Amino acid sequence: MAKSNKPIVWGLFAAGGTVTAFITPALVLLTLFAAMRFAPTMFTYESIHAFAANWLGKVIIFGVITLSLWHAAHRFRVTLYDFGVRADLVVATILYIIAAIGTISAFFSLLSIH
Amino acid sequence: MSSKPYIREVPKTSWFFRQPRYMRYMAREVTSFFIGAFTLLLVVGLKRLAEGPEAFQSFLDALRGPLGVLFCVAALVAAIYHSTSWFNVTPQAMPIQRGEEFLPGKMIVGAHYAIWAVVSLIVLIMGI
Repeated sequence: MAKSNKPIVWGLFAAGGTVTAFITPALVLLTLFAAMRFAPTMFTYESIHAFAANWLGKVIIFGVITLSLWHAAHRFRVTLYDFGVRADLVVATILYIIAAIGTISAFFSLLSIH
Repeated sequence: MSSKPYIREVPKTSWFFRQPRYMRYMAREVTSFFIGAFTLLLVVGLKRLAEGPEAFQSFLDALRGPLGVLFCVAALVAAIYHSTSWFNVTPQAMPIQRGEEFLPGKMIVGAHYAIWAVVSLIVLIMGI
C-alpha cells in the first residue's frame, strides 16, 4: 500500500479544530478589547511576558498556535479547491510552508522568553 | 445505447450558491481563513513580545487602528461560527455508546458548550 500523509494532516485538522473551537473566540475577544483600548491594564507587556516565561504557559501557547495553524492550513486548502482553485499541490505547499514557518517562529520566540 | 454519457454541468466557482446547505458548508470552510490569519497575528505578537517592551508596544499600536478593530470583529464572528458548527456535529463525529444505546446527541453537544463556556471564562478572567 502506498504511504499517505493523510492521517497526520487529518489528525492535526481535527485536533486543531477542537482546540480552536474551545479557545479562539475568547482569544479574539481579548484581542478586540486590546485593539479598542477597552482596559488599559490589559495586554501589558509584563503580564503576557510572565505567562510566556512559565513553562506551562509556553506549552499552552505553542500547542494552541501550532494546532490552530495546521487546522486552518488544511481547511483553507480544501476551501480554495472548493472556490475553483484546482492547483492543489501548489496551494497545499504554500499553505503548509506558512504553517511550518509559524510553528518554527512561535517555537523560537518562546525559547527566547525567559 | 448512447455513446455520449450525460455530464451535468457544475460551475467550478459558484456551485455553492445553488443550495443553502452548500452555502452553510462554505461558510464553515471560510472560517479557516480567519482562524489562520488570527493565529498568524498571534505568532507575530509573540515574536514582538520576545523582542522586548518597545517592540511589543509598537505591535499593540499597530493593532489599535480601525483595520485592527475591523479584523478582530470579523475574526470573532468567524471564530464563534466555527465553534458552534464544530460542536453541533460532535454527536456524528464521535458517537458515544453506553451498552446497547447511544448517548443522546444533545448531551454530547451540551457538554461541549459547557466546556466552551468554562474555557472562555478562564481565558477572559486571565486576560482581564
